[in-house]
Amino acid sequence: MTTALQNWASSARRKIKENARPIRREEPIGPARWPVLVLFMPPALLLFTIFVILPIGEAAWYSVFNWNGYGRPEEFVGLRNFEVLFRNNAFRQALQNTGLIMLVSIIIQVPLALWLAMLLARKIPGVVGFRLIFFLPYVLADVAAGLIWRFVYDGDFGLFAAIFGFFGMETPYVLADRNVAIYAVLAVVVWKYFGFHMMLFIAGLQAIDKHLLEAADIDGASGWQKFRYVTLPLLGPTVRLSIFFAVIGSLQLFDVVMPLTGGGPSNSTETLVTFLYSYGVMRMQVGFGSAAGVVLFVICVVLAFTYKRVLMRND
Amino acid sequence: MRRTMYRTALLSGASAIIASLAATGAAQAQTEVRWMHIETDPGYLEVWEDMVEEYNAANPDVNVTMQFLENEAFKARLPTLLQSDAAPHLFYSWGGGVLRAQAETGVLMNLTEEMMANDGEWSDSYIPASLNGVSFDDEIWAVPYRMGTVSFFYNKEIFEDVGINADELTDWESFLGAVEDIKEAGYVPIAGGGGDRWPIHFYWSYLAMRIGGQEVVDNAKTGEGEGFMHDAFVEAGQELARLGALEPFQPGYLAATWPQTLGLFGDGGAAMILGFENTEQNQRNNAADGEGLASDNLGRFPFPEVEGGVGQVTDTLGGLNGWAVTHNAPPETLDFLRHFTSVERQREMAQAEMIIPVAVGAEDGVEDPLLQESARQLSESTWHQNYFDQDFGPALGRVINDVSVEIVSGNMEPDQAVQMLADEAMLQ
Repeated sequence: MTTALQNWASSARRKIKENARPIRREEPIGPARWPVLVLFMPPALLLFTIFVILPIGEAAWYSVFNWNGYGRPEEFVGLRNFEVLFRNNAFRQALQNTGLIMLVSIIIQVPLALWLAMLLARKIPGVVGFRLIFFLPYVLADVAAGLIWRFVYDGDFGLFAAIFGFFGMETPYVLADRNVAIYAVLAVVVWKYFGFHMMLFIAGLQAIDKHLLEAADIDGASGWQKFRYVTLPLLGPTVRLSIFFAVIGSLQLFDVVMPLTGGGPSNSTETLVTFLYSYGVMRMQVGFGSAAGVVLFVICVVLAFTYKRVLMRND
Repeated sequence: MRRTMYRTALLSGASAIIASLAATGAAQAQTEVRWMHIETDPGYLEVWEDMVEEYNAANPDVNVTMQFLENEAFKARLPTLLQSDAAPHLFYSWGGGVLRAQAETGVLMNLTEEMMANDGEWSDSYIPASLNGVSFDDEIWAVPYRMGTVSFFYNKEIFEDVGINADELTDWESFLGAVEDIKEAGYVPIAGGGGDRWPIHFYWSYLAMRIGGQEVVDNAKTGEGEGFMHDAFVEAGQELARLGALEPFQPGYLAATWPQTLGLFGDGGAAMILGFENTEQNQRNNAADGEGLASDNLGRFPFPEVEGGVGQVTDTLGGLNGWAVTHNAPPETLDFLRHFTSVERQREMAQAEMIIPVAVGAEDGVEDPLLQESARQLSESTWHQNYFDQDFGPALGRVINDVSVEIVSGNMEPDQAVQMLADEAMLQ
């Protein structure tokens, strides 16, 4: 795996060099290129339209109807679904939780991944094994991870029960406690995805020219100074990319939460997508669910574009 | 090594294609009847598979095929599935508001004419209460399959140890007293599945039925009168909150799924459980040792009456299942269903402890004493109410589940809950 990643990193470096060549002027689309366009554009365009553009449009359309998914949407209700949505406590909780997940991903997960990457980017024996171990949770299917952690947290038979029992303490039922459950979920999220960010950082670190660090050494820079003034600035694009993935991942979080808590107890672990599923799909309120989908879509688009515009402008 | 693996894979792939081609070739002369179910019990499935095999053999021009979807996935996918070409011809239904919603949109076959033909020969083969549950406005929309009732099951050993006589738990106050006594004796009084939410909604439903009676519940369903704003619903919530204040459930019940809850009861970890008619098998299947409580250690009593309430102890809450038929299903589907829900087949399934039958004359198939008790209660039922979360339709039903858990865990006031229900009912 690491060799694959190293290859990827080196090819990425190569690409950067290639891109550094002077840009050729764009050729105008001449008659010679038409056959290619006619041949290759429609399939991609068609697929994209059918599976991306149309559903987005449909969701927006459904969101102004009271519709249970059968027949055609006929009962036009205007913006009522959105009004109900924003008055819904579970939805507000979901918004809040999604924000919290995002925050924890950025404040805990990404720095943790960076720290581990710094340790594991060196060439010391056994390092490959550690990378593998830290990357394993990410490889695991989300649902499987959720189920495993459900057992870990189980207050009767789980690992938690065994640990607390060993010390003769009363086992907390973390997933049943509406004040604690979300933190249990957050722990799983960090555990599940930090390996991915770590790998990104390792690849980024390997792309940094060692001479710069050597030069800093000669100049008498301390370890922290090297990190702060050489590594981190050069790692900038990777950090921004990693945060970008963390934000988008937080918005889409669903598979881990469903087997863990199903959004409960009392909706305290609901995320935007689990909310959409349990309130839209499971309750056969397609119109209402679509409204939630539209809100989620708007949040995603706004976040993604502002982030790209503002922070990843030069990457 | 790798090459042989590839070759095996290729070969098996090719043979699979050939086999499926051969199958379609053979099936061309046959009418396929697609049957979608959610059954997971291997014992039940075996009985069904035998019946299907038998039917297919007796009717060479029909090929009944069984398709499985997991319960929650089934509910989630059904709307899309029913409107597609891959729609099953017959599928499992809980009756109530969901069936009604499906019927209203024209995806189902109206069975009234078929059932009423020859002076109602077919419809008369079922117990009337079962037909009522799958009919709206005098039209029949599914073939009845089984009935069930929710009641308390208890662990006789624990009851004996604490000194409780189950026969005396006929009213809510003495029931609450028993819960306190059991708790004091160091046992968990009730196994509760708060993680799945719906196991808790049985309490609120039964309390509403016992306090308000049929008219009040029917009004809430149709939105007539005071609907959900009737005092009975608030009172039901208050009684549920009283139960919750006693902390009657196992620690961590808010995350417990229904199978876990049954397992806890089966392991002897709780004195009571409010469960389905087949709780005996369910607790056995989910117990840690696979055996659970012995039959003679299990007792059963109906949900107690509430003093001053309109409802009676003989009113039953429980399932009512049927098989809905999609509008473009081949006529053979109905023939199969007639066969499948006939007295003989129903008796066989009752003997296998699978169902409380709905076919007239199949009752004698119920041999298990606890199932017999449920069957007797059903046959003497003064009012049989379908599960609230099915009967009130999917959206309102889930709100009922939610608020039941919120009330019992002390997270919501009963009047807030009723307001939420009334708001949701307005949106429907």
